[in-house]
Amino acid sequence: MDQEYIRPLSMVGAGETVKVVKVNAGRGLNSRLAAMGLVANTEITVVSNSHTGPFVVTVKQSKVMLGKGMAHKIMVK
Amino acid sequence: MKKIVVALAGNPNSGKTSIFNMLTGARQHVGNYPGVTVEKKEGLCRYADHEIKFVDLPGTYSLNAYSVEELVARNFIIDEQPDVVVDIIDSSNIERNLYLATQLIEMNAPLVLAFNMSDIAERKGLRFDTEQLSRLLEAPIVYTIGNKAGGKAELLDAICKIVERPTNRHPHIVHYGDEIEEELEKIGPIVAEKERRLTEKYGPRWLALKLIEQDTDITAKVRSQDVLNAAKAGAEHLRKIFADEPEIVIADRRYGFISGACRETIKSTVESRHSTSDRIDAIVINRILGLPIFLILMYIVFLLTFKIGRYPMGWIESFFRWAGVTIADLWPAGSESAIKSLIVDGIIGGVGGVIVFLPNILLLFAAIALLEDSGYMARAAFVMDRIMHKIGLHGKSFIPMLIGFGCSVPAIMATRILENKRNRFTTIMVLPLMSCGARLTIYMLIIPAFFADKVLVGAGIFTIRTQALMLWLIYLIGIVLAVVCAKVLRLTLFRGETTPFVMELPPYRMPTGKSIAIHMWHRGWMYLRKAGTVILAISIVLWLAMTYPKPPAESLRDLDAGQARQAALKYSIVGRVGLAMEPAIEPLGFDWKIGTALIGAMAAKEVFVSQLGIVHAVGDGEGGTQNLRKQLQNSYSALTGFCIMLFCLISAPCVATVAMTRHETNSWRWAIFQFAALTALAYIITLIVFQIGELARTFFA
Repeated sequence: MDQEYIRPLSMVGAGETVKVVKVNAGRGLNSRLAAMGLVANTEITVVSNSHTGPFVVTVKQSKVMLGKGMAHKIMVK
Repeated sequence: MKKIVVALAGNPNSGKTSIFNMLTGARQHVGNYPGVTVEKKEGLCRYADHEIKFVDLPGTYSLNAYSVEELVARNFIIDEQPDVVVDIIDSSNIERNLYLATQLIEMNAPLVLAFNMSDIAERKGLRFDTEQLSRLLEAPIVYTIGNKAGGKAELLDAICKIVERPTNRHPHIVHYGDEIEEELEKIGPIVAEKERRLTEKYGPRWLALKLIEQDTDITAKVRSQDVLNAAKAGAEHLRKIFADEPEIVIADRRYGFISGACRETIKSTVESRHSTSDRIDAIVINRILGLPIFLILMYIVFLLTFKIGRYPMGWIESFFRWAGVTIADLWPAGSESAIKSLIVDGIIGGVGGVIVFLPNILLLFAAIALLEDSGYMARAAFVMDRIMHKIGLHGKSFIPMLIGFGCSVPAIMATRILENKRNRFTTIMVLPLMSCGARLTIYMLIIPAFFADKVLVGAGIFTIRTQALMLWLIYLIGIVLAVVCAKVLRLTLFRGETTPFVMELPPYRMPTGKSIAIHMWHRGWMYLRKAGTVILAISIVLWLAMTYPKPPAESLRDLDAGQARQAALKYSIVGRVGLAMEPAIEPLGFDWKIGTALIGAMAAKEVFVSQLGIVHAVGDGEGGTQNLRKQLQNSYSALTGFCIMLFCLISAPCVATVAMTRHETNSWRWAIFQFAALTALAYIITLIVFQIGELARTFFA
């Protein structure tokens, strides 16, 4: 599979490690996510991605839960 | 003795509160859930000829002023100018935690870095070159273990050292790259010239930085159009260069600075592997196992709160009964003193009514502290979020709702676990619809009186019986109404996005007995001091209304005890109000007797049963209950019986609930709104049910 292919985080399966390219969540939220470590070029690992529930990722040694909608707005490669 | 002020800043879950407790021994809760510390907390500590006032700032990830907590923390540091700011850093998660530190450095705050939970970092195999890192960050670093009181003296020494020898510091250490630096140099002098007052307070570089970041709070403070134009042009210019918002680029540069500093100074000797937390999470937030585990834990919380709470509640009740009898004995037998009645029935009864909730509240908050401190609460929100989200509530709303089946008073207090105000208020408003334990006593009186226990379907243990079905139906109606009302409230009064869901799942930690004890003490005391006084006052007023005015003695002469009590109640204010409102409740199938009992039920729902006994002039005890049921059968139809239960379920929460809502929403307006809206809802629904029922009855007859 092409690792450089840019896609939303929501399409990344559990166990995969990807790099953040851009966050398109609107100003306030972008900044909040940045403060929690979700900025461009950060490596994140998807811990859980079920189709129905929220989304769990590891970023900079902390575990963060994201709403499904949020995971759509984070572009990764 | 030199007086100094020290602010504690730090990320949620960095163990900030445990450091605060370690330093001050304050009665304060140690949370393990993001955003639990919202209020400003202070504590005193004497050390080496200093009187240090510690202020616990809200836990935040940054100081960008996008949330109330961030703004509170930032403004405190700028406006109050604390002598020292201690940034508590989770040393097993340095990079993310240092982001806040860079912002404190930008603000030129006199900083001490407390690398907390250093034991966990050590176990994780992290080695720090403290001297080098301290030089790069231009702040002293102290290692602490908050929950084991490690590093207390070292931290206090570092604080005193800063106060005694303020070093000359230069705020330029975070370099944001040429393009941004250029803009800062352009805007800085304009700000310094046009906004003297602001510059004096904030410094030109920091102001310029915030303006480029388009910080709403600072932008609103700037008056000069020249400054605003320059900032706008600068931001626009940077946006073109980077094809991104300037604040995101700046955030990126801060992380760049951090990873630069960490790369040289932090060595990891152990390869990161799956931690215990990950292994627990694999089970606890598992798609299949997550929900059952959550439900079992909730069941345990419920059992702990109410089943175990029943024993101390029993002792408290017996104690107050004993106290009442003992004090009543001080008066000569047979005398009917008004003061005796006030003290025994009004005050002792009222105080007992307040204290009786205390075991529930203490046990519930012990359970909540355990869930929060261990880190499970964040997972509970995760597991329940999908279901609760559909109603427009947060995953964590489930916990107070469940507790509501036991008692609304601790349940409303438990909504403190919700940080979003809209979610919290919606939950409080619909909570009384969860049928509490006190209302069960009403159903237990009514159901056997009107519904014979016939087997409807099934056989053996798999049968559905009439009485069980009725009870189940009443509970179900409450739940359905709560869901509908929550939905309606979220679409009207509390409209707005549910906060987009981003939440940290903190690592699991072993809760300490001390922190749980502090938490219980804190909540129990708050209940007694704040809500308890209001409950007591309203109960005494209600008692007065049920006792006065007394009927003239000669009118009671030929009556037996039961009839005398009936006459006295009928003569009192409550009895008169009951009579006066009979026309209003007649369409619900109620008479003045039920009306009077309903008013009494405002003191506490179970009072409805004893009041109904009095107005029907039957005695106490089990024989009394049987007599009362017979009386009810003779006086009312089964439809009225059902309507009584329906009305009691929905209407007017008891005074304790009203007082609690007032306390937790901090306004009488919400308490009155809840009271009025629920009563109106009860009236409408009962009216419809009774009228349709009557119509159906005449039609089929």
